[in-house]
This record gives sequence, structure tokens and C-alpha cells, in this order.
Amino acid sequence: MAVDVQIPALGESVSEGVIVRWLKRDGETVAVDEALFELETDKASVEIPAPSAGIIAVLAKEGQTVHVGDVVARIEPNGAAKAAAPATPQPAATPPPPSPNPPAPATASAAAAPLSPAVRRLVDEHALDPAQIAASGKGGRLTKGDVLAHLNAPASDSSAEATPSAGPAASAEAPRPPTPYPHPDAPRPGASGDAIERVPMTRLRQRIAERLRQAQATAAILTTFNEIDMSAVMELRARFKTRFAEVHGVPLGFMSFFARACIATLQEMPLINAQIDGTDIVYNHHVHLGVAVGTERGLVVPIVHNAEQHAFADIEREIARLAGLARDNKLGIDDLSGGTFTISNGGVYGSLLSTPILNPPQSAILGMHKIEKRAVVVGDQIVIRPMMYLALSYDHRLIDGAEAVRFLVKVKERLEEPSRLLLGV
Amino acid sequence: MAESTYDLIVIGSGPGGYIAAIRAAQLGMRVACVEKDSTLGGTCLNIGCIPSKALLESSERYYQAGHDFAAHGIQASGLGLDLAKMMSRKDGVVRALTRGVASLFKKHTITGITGRARFLAPNRLEISGADVQIVTAPRILIATGSAPIELPIARFDGKRIVSSTEALSLPTVPGRMIVIGGGAIGLEMGSVWSRLGSEVLVVEMLDRLVPGMDTQMAAQLQRALQRQGLTFQLGTTLKSATADANGVDVGLKGPKGVSQERADVLLVAVGRRPYTEGLGLDVIGLTLDERGRIPVGPHYETAVAGVFAIGDVIPGLMLAHKAEDEGVAAVERMAGVAGHVNYDAIPNVVYTAPELASVGLSEDEAKRRGIAVRIGSFPYTANGRARSIGETEGAVKVVADATTDRVLGIHILGPHASDVIAEAALAIEFSASAEDIGRTVHAHPTLAEALKEAALAVDGRPLNI
Repeated sequence: MAVDVQIPALGESVSEGVIVRWLKRDGETVAVDEALFELETDKASVEIPAPSAGIIAVLAKEGQTVHVGDVVARIEPNGAAKAAAPATPQPAATPPPPSPNPPAPATASAAAAPLSPAVRRLVDEHALDPAQIAASGKGGRLTKGDVLAHLNAPASDSSAEATPSAGPAASAEAPRPPTPYPHPDAPRPGASGDAIERVPMTRLRQRIAERLRQAQATAAILTTFNEIDMSAVMELRARFKTRFAEVHGVPLGFMSFFARACIATLQEMPLINAQIDGTDIVYNHHVHLGVAVGTERGLVVPIVHNAEQHAFADIEREIARLAGLARDNKLGIDDLSGGTFTISNGGVYGSLLSTPILNPPQSAILGMHKIEKRAVVVGDQIVIRPMMYLALSYDHRLIDGAEAVRFLVKVKERLEEPSRLLLGV
Repeated sequence: MAESTYDLIVIGSGPGGYIAAIRAAQLGMRVACVEKDSTLGGTCLNIGCIPSKALLESSERYYQAGHDFAAHGIQASGLGLDLAKMMSRKDGVVRALTRGVASLFKKHTITGITGRARFLAPNRLEISGADVQIVTAPRILIATGSAPIELPIARFDGKRIVSSTEALSLPTVPGRMIVIGGGAIGLEMGSVWSRLGSEVLVVEMLDRLVPGMDTQMAAQLQRALQRQGLTFQLGTTLKSATADANGVDVGLKGPKGVSQERADVLLVAVGRRPYTEGLGLDVIGLTLDERGRIPVGPHYETAVAGVFAIGDVIPGLMLAHKAEDEGVAAVERMAGVAGHVNYDAIPNVVYTAPELASVGLSEDEAKRRGIAVRIGSFPYTANGRARSIGETEGAVKVVADATTDRVLGIHILGPHASDVIAEAALAIEFSASAEDIGRTVHAHPTLAEALKEAALAVDGRPLNI
């Protein structure tokens, strides 16, 4: 008895999407939960899994717009079907980990030359498609330099004005040095010799553009600034990070400090956590904290739901989990919806100061920036402190200037004296 | 007069010549190879690479028996040296290999002709041997190699003032030997005789040994050789050499002024010059450059169409394997297939103990070219195999491009550096990054692991130091 593969519920206010790519071909054997195709909506790109195992009959085409409930494929249960093919390649064809036997197979493209160890590592870490990278090595091989050049390819207009200051969701001190992600719509280097190149926007890019314009047009967005002396947080972190990692199995970053400080302050000032809906103000009793993550395809903001119930370790764990899913392009609709407040960190990319844009329908967003040692005055002495500028962009229709300022001051106080987080003051 | 025609005639049967001849035969050409000496193999097999390596091995074992065995718990008393036997073994090795070349020629139906070649025309040679013959071919490859440079103030007499050729066959161990020239040949020959009991003084014009190799490692090698008993005078030149029945008086000029030395043997090893004597190049209108070398184009063809040249007789490092690869490339081009020598990946080896080997750019050279580099080093004292065999002197150094991580050069001072360098040359050929080497599994415990660690050290993350 054939099982229908339907387009699932896509989240609040999203009713349609586009099938970007089929990951299984018509007639192939699939396993239950195996990713079948990539669906792109206003919010994100998601992989839709097989509801059962068997042989798939593909009914919809790549590029086709589909709606919730549409049947796009059927799976004929195959009685003799054992476990289907191993994990399908990522949308950016990541080569499988090296097998115990002969050299690791390259990519989906059979013609590709084998990848050297360093190239394999980079391709895995950044989910790249080797076929898309210009190769300069012997026999058409990719060298490490080729991949690095590809990663550092100049991004087009992805400046801070158009998008919210992007940044990885993990702590400001990422395990590896931050690689500037190329703009997903930038033309490939060395494309044509013409003066311009016209590249159609991806659907995701179009949706991001539309949402940001709407955000600007709907809310009265202003930004207020403050600065924090990070020495107390850094000292605490330096003292306990090894033990934290041992006990909780997850690194202690800065994000958990900022998250806890914001959550505590949001609970004191619920207006910042509220939204305008028509002519009503909707107050949220929970804090669903959005943490901005930059990926190859663009900025996504997965949500830590009920963040006020999370301890430090749980926040770090949850953020790491969501960031991983974001980079692997595996975020579900639920992961992306329902946020009430967002934190964005441009510091990892070196941003000193910026004006984040709101993530509608939220009313406020906190921007973290880079920590820089500066000469500041403490008790009439000039001292050197690690300082970070904080920005709070807010919807002035709902939040007054004085409140926005007060919010930032309270967050600052909590971060400069972390014991406040312990005592709830 | 006998006249024969071939597709290709190679003049010289050294590594450049005989390899070119074999490759040409593999590609289907009818080949003749002319050699003026009675045995094949040129300088390398007869009076160069092979005999020197044979003596280096024998003398090293003798030295270790006397100096290092005790540490291993081996008691050797009554240690003696039978120099004639050592030389005879060396001669046996040379004989076996030169016969080997002869049988390779037979296998590939290459005609070996003994005699001196002289150009009558670009495609015509007169060979004077036991008799005279004329040979013609549309293509002639000159691979006549090089000869030791002779200094006018120290003309070789074959007994007291010698070149490397005689130094390989001295009848007795000299009480004192002075070596002029601190390059590979001077250090290797100096090492051989020092190990066998000579008091060796090496005199070098520059302020460092083995010019062109990594500066730090050259200094480290000098210290190692000093510990073995050799003495050095750098920044010093030979001013006079007068031989008599019992020895040679040597006048030197160094940073501290002039000095007089006395030695049993004076070895002059200041380099080699291209050998084109008697070829009659003027007959075909070929002129040499200011160093006596034959200028060639990118495919090893000279200014005269149909006449090619490779090896020590053309510009470039005077190395046997460089000549070999050039011979192969030249012949492949003649046959219409793509032949190519990658001059950036030619290893260079000094067979002292410890050995010094390098391939690619040195740190200094990279900086001179304005390339930003990252360096990774790993000492053999931290390598398990080196410790097990008791040879921990030296290190591996990897020079990588700071932006792309591409390996630009690898330099090794240590045991078996000449073999470990092969992996380095392969890495450079494949445009490998330091990370590629660092992520390749190397057997444990081996000396090659030091190369992997040095590659990891480029990224600041060696595992064993």
C-alpha cells in the first residue's frame, strides 16, 4: 500500500514553498526518515524526510511551488527492502568520511579527482561542493589554497545595513578562527569576462529581502547603545571553563552569560519581550530566545524555546545543537518560529558597533560586538579594560526610549557583576 | 670508413646520457650512446656518486665500530682497517653497476660506442676510439657532464694535490688532509678520511658551509662534523700550494690573516666545470656561456637545430637526478610526448653523517622573493626511531606559504635524510599543503614521522614536542 509524501505544516504564516532539489531519484530505494528533498520557504530551507521505507515515485518537479498538504511523492513499501543507501549527501555534497579501505571517494561527481586530507577536512567543515571550486593542482586536483581562496571569495553587498549583524550562535570565542562566509548570491570568482553578471536571487534571499523591508516599514526602529566592561565575565569564564566543560560536556561561551542577563532583564521588563499585533499588545510569559547564526545560505535565527527555564549549561548545549543544525541545513520549522527576543553577535566578524534590524514580529534585538581593550576611567584612574559595545534596536511604537535605555543598563549591570545573575537582583 | 645512422645519438653515458638513451629506446628510437671511457656510467658511477657513497658507508661503519659500539654494549677490540679491501669493495660496487648499464643497453638494443665524439656537422659525428667511425642522426644529445675545477695555483698531480677522483682511491690514509671547498663533495670526502683516521681541515671561502642549503642546518651540520673531529676555517681562501715528495705546503688567507699549513694531501673540491673538450662545438657554431655551459631552450635544444644538451653541461644544479630527468624530458619532447622537469622539486643531498637533504625553497629564499611563510620545525631528539637507533642529531623544517599553506620547501638534517626527502619532493610535486602531510598517516616508529610533526608544527600544533 503506497504511502503519500505530503508537504507538512510550514509554520506560522507560511503556506507555500518551492522544491529546490530532489535528494532521491524516482525509483530509488529510501529508508524511513531519510531526507527526500529540499524545500525552501520564506524562513528557511528544510529537508523533508521519508515517512516510510520503500521505493519512491517522484510526483513533483524541482523548482515547483507547492502548498501545505500537496502530495509530492509516493513510497511503495518494498518487502525485501533492507536498510537503504547510507546517509545521503548534504545539499552541498559533502564527501562521506574516509572509509577504512581505499582512498575516500570524492564527491557525487564521479569525474572529480580525489581530495587531499586538508581539502577533505575543509570541505567537510564548511559543507562545500568540491565541484564548485576552481582547482589549480596537479591533474585538476584541488589544493588547500584553492579551497581557502574559495571560502574567502569577496562577498558582494552583505554589509551591516541590509542584514542584522550576523554571527555564529556559539560563544564569541569559536573553536576555530571565524571564516567570513561568502555571500550566498555572489558570482563565482572568475566567472565571465563581462563587466557585470546577472544572477537571479534565490527564493530564500528574496524572502529575506522582503521581510527586512517589511520590518523597516512596519516598526519604528531605533537603536540605543551602551558599553560593558567584560573583565568580570572573562575572569569567571577563564576560571571555570575547564571545569564547566568537564562537568557539562559543552564549552562555556559568552552567549550563556548574555542570554541569562537578557532573560533576567526581560522578566523584569516584560514590555521588551512583547509584540504588537494589530492594535493589541501581546505579552509573552516565556522567553523564546532567538540566536542569530550565519550560514552559507544566509542568516537564520533558530529559537531556544522557554529559555528562562534553562541553566547556563543547557543554554550552551541548546545553542550548539541549533547552530549545528543550522549549518547542516537541518533546522525544522519549529526551530525557527515563535521567538520573542533575539541576540545577534557581530563581534566574531570584528564588528565594533552596529545597528541591528528587528526580527519581526519581535520588538527588540540585542547586538553584541567585539571585545576590545580600551583605556577607560575607573574611580578617576585610567585603566585598561576589555570593553564591548552593546546595541539594542527596538520598536519605538511599543517601547519608549527611556525603557530601552533602562533595559540596556540593567543588562550591563548584570554582566559587569555576574553574581547578580546568581542572586536574581 | 664505417658509417652508421641512428634516430638519436647520445654523447656521454653518465646518468644523463644513459637514462636518456634508455628512454629514447623505450619510445621506439634507434639509439647509439658514445662513451670516451672504457666503462659506462660517466662520473657518477665511476668517480662520483657511487664510489663516494660506498666509501661513506664503509668508513661510517668503521667509525661507529670504534666510537659508538660501546654505548650499545658491543665490545670490539683489535679493530683494524684494511684500506685496500675497502677500496676493492668500492671498486666491486662500481663494476657491478657499470656492467648493469651495459646490460641495460643490451636489453634495449642501444648501440654503445667507445671513443671520443667530435662534430663534423650538426647531424654527423666522428668517433675516435680503437678505430675511427662516422655516425649520423637527425638528433644528437650532448650529455658530456662535468669535470672537477682545477685551480691554477694548485694543479692536480694525482698524489699530493688531488681532485675528488683521486681522493676516492688514495693508497693510504693521509695523516693530515686539507680540503679546499666546504660544499657537498668536500664535506663528504673530508668525512670519509676523517673517519678513517686523517686529521681533516676544511677550508671554505664563504662564511658558511654548503651554500644554498638551509643556513641553520648548515651551521648545525658544521657543529656535528666538528664533534667528529673535523676542523674548519671559513671565510678563508687558498693562496698557494706547493707539493713535494712527502707532502704539500699550503698557504691560506683568512679573516685573521695569512697562515701556512702542511698536509699529506690537499683535496681541491671547489666545484665542477662543464666538460665540452674535443666536441668540436665551434664546427657547428655552438658557443658556450661565460661559465662554459651550453645554452639551451625550454626543450633542451641548443641554438643549432637537432642538437640537444642536458645535465652538468647546461646551466642548473649539477646533480645526477637533474641530468636524468632532463634526459628523459628532452627525449620525450623529441618523440612528441610531453616531457617536463619540475625544477622546484629537485632534492639536494649531502651524504655526511648526519645527512642533509632539501627540496624546494629555503626560508631565506622565500623571504628574498617576498613570500610570507610559516615555518614548522621538529628535532630528531623528539623522534622515537631516532632515539632507538641512537642518531638524534638534526631536525626537519617545513616552509609553507602563510596564506595557502602550500609546502614551498622542506629541509632535513638527520639520519637517512636522503630517503625521507623523497616524500617531501612528492608533496611539492602535488602542491600539497603542510596540513596534507600532517594528516597523512606515517608509520610509527619511523624517521619520517619527524616530517609529519614538522608539518603539524607549521600550524603550531605538533603532538610530540
